[in-house]
Amino acid sequence: MPLPYSFRPSCRVLLALTATAFVTACATSQDPAERTDGINDPYEAQNRSIHEFNKGLDKNVVRPVSRGYAAVVPFEIRDSVNNFSNNLSEPGDAINSLLQGDLGGAGVATTRFVMNSTLGLLGFFDPSTELNIEDHDTDFGETLAVWGVGEGAFIEMPIFGASTQRDAVGFVTDIFTNPLTFVTVNTSPEQYIPPTARGAAWLNDRDRLGTAIDSVLYESADSYAQTRSIYLQNRRFELDGAGAAEEDPYLDPYDPYAQ
Amino acid sequence: MQAHTTRRIFLTGTLAAFGMAATPVWALTEQGAKTLVDKVVAEVQNVIGSGKSDSAVLRDLEGIFVKYADVNIMAQYALGVDGRSASNAQKRAFTDAFQGYIARKYGKQFKEFIGGRVDVEKVSAIRSGYEVQTKAYLQGQSPFEVTFHVSDKSGRDKFFNVYIEGVNLLLTERTEIGSMLDRRGGDINAVVSDLKKLG
Repeated sequence: MPLPYSFRPSCRVLLALTATAFVTACATSQDPAERTDGINDPYEAQNRSIHEFNKGLDKNVVRPVSRGYAAVVPFEIRDSVNNFSNNLSEPGDAINSLLQGDLGGAGVATTRFVMNSTLGLLGFFDPSTELNIEDHDTDFGETLAVWGVGEGAFIEMPIFGASTQRDAVGFVTDIFTNPLTFVTVNTSPEQYIPPTARGAAWLNDRDRLGTAIDSVLYESADSYAQTRSIYLQNRRFELDGAGAAEEDPYLDPYDPYAQ
Repeated sequence: MQAHTTRRIFLTGTLAAFGMAATPVWALTEQGAKTLVDKVVAEVQNVIGSGKSDSAVLRDLEGIFVKYADVNIMAQYALGVDGRSASNAQKRAFTDAFQGYIARKYGKQFKEFIGGRVDVEKVSAIRSGYEVQTKAYLQGQSPFEVTFHVSDKSGRDKFFNVYIEGVNLLLTERTEIGSMLDRRGGDINAVVSDLKKLG
């Protein structure tokens, strides 16, 4: 559930999400650190109910279906589907890299797309990584961050999980601007290919990461608080590119060594 | 990304949990911090590659954790400001329960580490010691960043925190322990007895 992969909901849902994201983004322009712990979560009550919905969805649908998928489909095929789905995101990575002024990243994404679409047989294989051209994952949320848009409040999106106001706007924008996901909006039968691949890749990841996700969702005292903390720490790290913020327990006023 | 991170936290937590080799009296140096991380990685790999039973491996990993991590300061930090009202006896009981909980929670996915490697990339000074940045290469996964924070403030060279792609063990566990306390009306004794069963 904290998986940011999109499979295709109806356009209506997407529009609703867009609207929600923009409305909420306008409603509060507070930036991070409202609380001493650096978490800005004025919508905690709504977020928590969406979190419960997502958990129910995971427990009753996503987790069992992912297990079935993994049991029936050999892992080589599942991995190929993940490669295929990831390849469809390369044009979006290239566009966002350009928007960020990151020509190197745009070059990497373009090279990977061309190479994997041809040598990699429509992206089902990933010769680029084997040649050490590592995936350059980015998104419009990062582009907004580069442009100086503040993080906004933490929000948990239905189905798609943890996000922030800035990342939610980025997420919806990416769906409509990636030339390959945009295929989903026309009426040809191919429209179902990208979202189906995404959905299958999502299930595969849910299965592979099973124990870790279960641990956060079902074994922690407060899965919402854990999800929020882990998401924000990791996302800020990704966007910063710098070293992680330092916790210094030795400065703690209740330092045991001070006793 | 999020899901991968989540998993890495657990994977690397395994490693994380089994940190620093202790070295004697002289002060911690940059080279010393790096050497410690290298030693820890080697030692953990030794245990997980030993072919022992799962429970034996977990026991060994807990032993490494207790020996090489600054468990005391980590536990106190995780307890957070809620710990201010705790008696010394409660703090000791909490620390004991906490070390077993961390070792089990992060140790149980040790198999993911078999055949992997961790390379030290950079060492730099931080307030309480050194930060050792590494890259972890695990089978079937793209490489990811793991950072160890090492200090000699306990009197020995030990690690006191680990970051996996920006997610740090201390903060994550402080959140978790805080939630546990909230659920139990701030009762540290109840948290201690439940921690012994968790992980």
